[in-house]
Amino acid sequence: MSESNAAHGAHETNYVRIYGILLALFVISVLGPTLGIEAVTLITAFGLAVVKATMVAGYFMHLNVEKRYIWYILLAMLVFILVLFAGVAPDVMKSSGQNWRDASGFVPPTPPVHH
Amino acid sequence: MSAAHVPLATTRSATGIPTGRLAVWWVLASEIVIFGGLLAAYVMFRLHHPHWHAEASHTNTWAGGFNTVVLLTSSLFAVLAHQAALRGDGPRAARLLYATIGGAAIFLLVKAFEWSTEISHGFTLFRDTFWSFYYTATGLHGVHVVVGMILMTLIAADARRDRNLHRVELIGTYWHFVDAVWIFLFPLFYIAR
Repeated sequence: MSESNAAHGAHETNYVRIYGILLALFVISVLGPTLGIEAVTLITAFGLAVVKATMVAGYFMHLNVEKRYIWYILLAMLVFILVLFAGVAPDVMKSSGQNWRDASGFVPPTPPVHH
Repeated sequence: MSAAHVPLATTRSATGIPTGRLAVWWVLASEIVIFGGLLAAYVMFRLHHPHWHAEASHTNTWAGGFNTVVLLTSSLFAVLAHQAALRGDGPRAARLLYATIGGAAIFLLVKAFEWSTEISHGFTLFRDTFWSFYYTATGLHGVHVVVGMILMTLIAADARRDRNLHRVELIGTYWHFVDAVWIFLFPLFYIAR
């Protein structure tokens, strides 16, 4: 294995246990939103999505033992996404104000007919 | 590969990270921007169009949930394949990679069922911007699943002969990323209503 190193061995990690935790979090993320409480939905659906993705990256992709260089690359990409959001959101999400007009001609679609 | 034929790029590393692994991380960095940009745009529109909640209620949560379990399970197989490769057990790594490919195939079959059902009910790509986002995001993700299956097939064939075992980790890293993307797609398109 010319391209592996000892740190990446992660021999001792109990992957099945991590998998079990991920499944448990998945169940919570599905059940939480059924309560219909917005705050609970945000925490269980989206908050737990971040937790699950972090666990996958940390344990399965071995980011927890990866060099900082990789972290810097990935964090830089996340910053790019935030810049995109910050730059575009004020335009996309604005629907009133001076010099604003709705040029989309948007009309909510009617439900499809079931045959 | 004999020592005489080792490419120069695999014998040096300015970062201390093996070249192949560094390359995979750079690929994934570009993927973060691709999927991140798409999902950031989706979130902007979603917050601005309350009627999308009604559209999202037509996606199949059971199918999406089942596919989430399938991908998480396939990720487990991929990381166990990496573990086997580290022990030098190529045939076992190959078997686990084939199991991962099986999970990917199940994922795509469920996705095909979902799409065909939705399209037959009139929820096509051009019905509404929500559905444009839905088909674009899940379709782009599906393409990544197919690419992963092809690469895993090639790498598993090598691993079965105890060749290039380091690549098992590389394809695993890619596959876990595909899994992580789905972890975000699922709540955005299937749960939040």
